[in-house]
Amino acid sequence: MNNAKNADPEPAARAAWMRVLALAQPHALGRACAGLGQLPDHRWLRKPETGMAMVRARSGGNGGRFNLGEMTITRCAVTLDAGTIGVAYVQGRDAAHAERAAVLDALLQLPGWHDRVQAEVIAPLARAYDERLAAQAQRAASTRVEFFTMARGEDQ
Amino acid sequence: MNATAAAAHAGGLPPGYADPVVGAQATFRAALHALSRPGTIVRAAAPQGLPPGLSPAMTALLLTLADGDTPIWLPPQASEAARNYVRFHCGSPIVADAARARFIAVPAGAAMPALRDCPQGDPAYPDRSATLLVEVRSLGTGRPVALRGPGIASVARLAVDGLPDDFWAQWRANHDRFPLGVDVLLMHGDQLCGLPRTTVVED
Repeated sequence: MNNAKNADPEPAARAAWMRVLALAQPHALGRACAGLGQLPDHRWLRKPETGMAMVRARSGGNGGRFNLGEMTITRCAVTLDAGTIGVAYVQGRDAAHAERAAVLDALLQLPGWHDRVQAEVIAPLARAYDERLAAQAQRAASTRVEFFTMARGEDQ
Repeated sequence: MNATAAAAHAGGLPPGYADPVVGAQATFRAALHALSRPGTIVRAAAPQGLPPGLSPAMTALLLTLADGDTPIWLPPQASEAARNYVRFHCGSPIVADAARARFIAVPAGAAMPALRDCPQGDPAYPDRSATLLVEVRSLGTGRPVALRGPGIASVARLAVDGLPDDFWAQWRANHDRFPLGVDVLLMHGDQLCGLPRTTVVED
């Protein structure tokens, strides 16, 4: 993500870190945030507001689109004194989670903060998420059932 | 995070209402009063931050009424900062063609599209028409006109300064198209005044 150091990061790079921040566990994000020390002042563009969003999916990943269900999300937007805007959409109703994610999104757009936040917050949170996912997949795999069809002799 | 800091922060995106629910409800109530009592001047709840070139009343009405389903027309000379403000806080698409807009925002100094060029509604759905939000030089001074119609006991006098010369002629034609036609909200500063299509104007 070295190309994300300028003031106007590539959308893909920004989407990647916004995803990590949104999927992080709130307490883990809080701890990582506290490790950064004093953060710059920010003011609200949009205070945290909680609502529902319809999640749509495609059957089999490529079939027709259908409404999977609604999920609760909290969104907010902040601006730093430098004018950088940070936005967050996170799962659940944790306003503090949304605020931290938005502030970090803004900081990640600043060249002076990008590398430090990337190394101290985003990388560990992304690792933790991957580990959670792997553990979950492992638990699910252990309950896997293989189905076999017995030949019943009709074809002979 | 206070109003002064927001005002001093000219470079970035200004905030909307400090409390979106309370602010939008107060402004909605003001707009409702203005349209049900044509000619009465009411005040909108001013938002915390204002985009450059838009008055408090215009900003308040856009924050209150516009959303993702209501395309907004802004004049070509409207600043990029004002467009970004509308995009971010209202989530509305901004269109260049007044015939495709639901709200037609005319800031002070901008030319107003002709009323007949704005969406007039459909005979089956007269509500699918445009609402014009027009900033004027002043409300309460200038040559008064007499208004009659629903919501006015006998005659209401409205003095407006800064409307196009042929506005009242256009307004008579708009009234003649009833039940089709457009509704207009005139505003200056945080004041606003409603002209629903039912209102008849007399000199």
